[in-house]
Amino acid sequence: MAQLATAKEDGVAGRPAAGSSGRKPFRLTTLMSIIGTAPLIVTAVGVFFICIIYSFVLSFTNSRIFPAFGAENFVGGEQYARLWSTGRWLISVNNIWFFGLLSIAANMIAGYLLAVFMDQRIKAEDWFRSIFLYPFAMSLVITGLVWRWILDPNYGIQATVRGLGFTDFAFAPLVSADTAIYGLVVAGIWNGVGVTMAIMLAGLRGVDAEIWKAAKIDGIPTWRTYLFIVLPMMKGALLTAFILQCVGVVRVYDLIVAMTQGGPGIATQMPAIFVIQHITDRSNVGLGMAAATMMLLPVILLLGLQVFVQWRANRVKESA
Amino acid sequence: MKKFAVVAAMATALLGSTAVNAADVEVIHWWTSGGEQAAVSVFAREFDALGEDKWVDTAIAGGENARSATLQRTLGGDPPGAAQFNISRQFEELAEAGLLLDLTPLATEEGWRDFIRPAAILDVCEFEGAIYCVPVNIHSWQWAWASVPAFEKAGVPLPKNLTEFIASAPKLQEAGIIPFAIGGEAWQIGGAMGVVMLSQLGKTGHEAIYKDRNLEVAGGPEVLSAINIFKSLKTLTDEGSANRTWNDTTNLVIQDQAALQIMGDWARGEFAVAGEVPGVDYACIAGPAEEAYLDTGGDIFLFPKQEDAAVEAAQLKMASMMVNPSVQALFNNAKGSLPVRDDVDMSLADDCMKVGLDILKDPNRVIQGAGIYLTQDSIGQMDDLWAEAWANPDLTAEEIQQRFVDIIASAE
Repeated sequence: MAQLATAKEDGVAGRPAAGSSGRKPFRLTTLMSIIGTAPLIVTAVGVFFICIIYSFVLSFTNSRIFPAFGAENFVGGEQYARLWSTGRWLISVNNIWFFGLLSIAANMIAGYLLAVFMDQRIKAEDWFRSIFLYPFAMSLVITGLVWRWILDPNYGIQATVRGLGFTDFAFAPLVSADTAIYGLVVAGIWNGVGVTMAIMLAGLRGVDAEIWKAAKIDGIPTWRTYLFIVLPMMKGALLTAFILQCVGVVRVYDLIVAMTQGGPGIATQMPAIFVIQHITDRSNVGLGMAAATMMLLPVILLLGLQVFVQWRANRVKESA
Repeated sequence: MKKFAVVAAMATALLGSTAVNAADVEVIHWWTSGGEQAAVSVFAREFDALGEDKWVDTAIAGGENARSATLQRTLGGDPPGAAQFNISRQFEELAEAGLLLDLTPLATEEGWRDFIRPAAILDVCEFEGAIYCVPVNIHSWQWAWASVPAFEKAGVPLPKNLTEFIASAPKLQEAGIIPFAIGGEAWQIGGAMGVVMLSQLGKTGHEAIYKDRNLEVAGGPEVLSAINIFKSLKTLTDEGSANRTWNDTTNLVIQDQAALQIMGDWARGEFAVAGEVPGVDYACIAGPAEEAYLDTGGDIFLFPKQEDAAVEAAQLKMASMMVNPSVQALFNNAKGSLPVRDDVDMSLADDCMKVGLDILKDPNRVIQGAGIYLTQDSIGQMDDLWAEAWANPDLTAEEIQQRFVDIIASAE
């Protein structure tokens, strides 16, 4: 690698690449790589580390619009106490669990089924793949608006079916506080299933063809091979798909704003909306940051899970 | 070298031209409905006509979103030239932190204190003796808009208060009319509840709760009856109410599909755009109560501080233009609001506006909105409470009232 770079450097300078100056160019490439990665390091430390600590500290103050760090501004756990006694926050937390479990489970199952379907070497695979991936490429705001119209009682599915003569037909999940969350789940699945499928398909294709041959010789039915032999072998793909979805769920925002604005009432509120509204329009940065800190917890847990799984996999590899 | 000189000369020429001549003033506002668009175009047109400066329009749907954008950009060091807010405490921290252009010299020179009325709307702009915003109109929430043909079709007279309206609802439903039109957004629900509350509390009760934080009144029978009316209104709405915008909701009344909407007087602009005539096609019911009070809410513009002197000069021109008597008349006629000064030609005012002007003449019937007394945080908590109560019929009136009392008790 270093030599290749040397040759290039020298080539650019117009000098012959031959020569015994092996050391100096090596240092140059090290310097280059440091310069190259510096923005990333700065961003990682600056954004992920300092900003998180900054928000964490802010969550113990009574800051309103501006960060306030005076001695009189530190109020201890007051913001957290208020947060956990706020009905809207509690509903948000419940919602995100419900929405998350339902949409992730549905996405994983449907994604796997679709991947298996695509794995049958069907003719128009490219077509299908584009169709399934298309929703993921679309902005969540657009997805949300389209689904809001589809589920709107006055223009959408309900009105269409009623127009066909079934006047008692009722299907408008978004208008009732009890069912609105299901409407959001449907849109969430529509948006996320394609990319889950793509990751799982890659995982499926990564499975050694010999395994399939062996299973066939042993006379194991295809569906059993998929379920009990291949599925456990693609842990990496499954985990990637899972974590990608979890992170998507924690920060779900645009979809809700476009579809229900957190309503009817506060029935579909989510933590991210709570945070953003409190640090902007409601001018209560302290409370918003307390909520943001609570949102960070599941993300840290997930990252911990991923690190743990990787560490275990490495250990298994080493001992093997 | 020669090349460099040419470039340098061109650059100075360009710089010079921007410094001496025109400036673009970006204006963030949330006026996006038909009537609102007509009104904001008046401002833009009049400002552009003043000279070389240009009004750059940044309309952001939804007051909450627009205010958030302004706050974030101002804090982030990229402030817009001007931004719309409501008459309230929404921006007081910006003023305290010195991020807003001080309009005091202009206000003193033009004598704003002498012609802007009621004085309370200019008081809101004042922090520590300096004026930081321009009130441009007076809006009141306390109106109900009724479709005259809808009530005729159902064979019931126009209601004078909410109790009468609720009593007439079954007949309206029989006639296939949605009795109560509302869009299920939190601010619409919260605003309607404020109106219901005032209709039960009157001026003394209203001030006791929001100004004096009197918990006895907040826990008293008037509030309970307001909550009960609020819960009955919910049962009179239609399915499509969730997520509907206020102007689409007004359109239901315009089309005579719905009988009544509680909405501020900005709804008048929509009726006007649709060519409806007050008294014939629609009726405006102040209050809705026999003894109606109006709050003097409305819109203000503030001007975040800029580094460019040319922009600052343009900002001051814009502020002055907004209170100009002829601009005030044109703007408020389009918007459906009342002008902030008495001396403008309001010969174009329609019947509904005249009713409003009459009420405003009596100081005893003018109140201050809750947003004057409470922080945006407390107002937000109330909005959340009303939104939750609206969507969840299992919450009893007593539970709701208890939570209302808690919010008032902890308000700042």
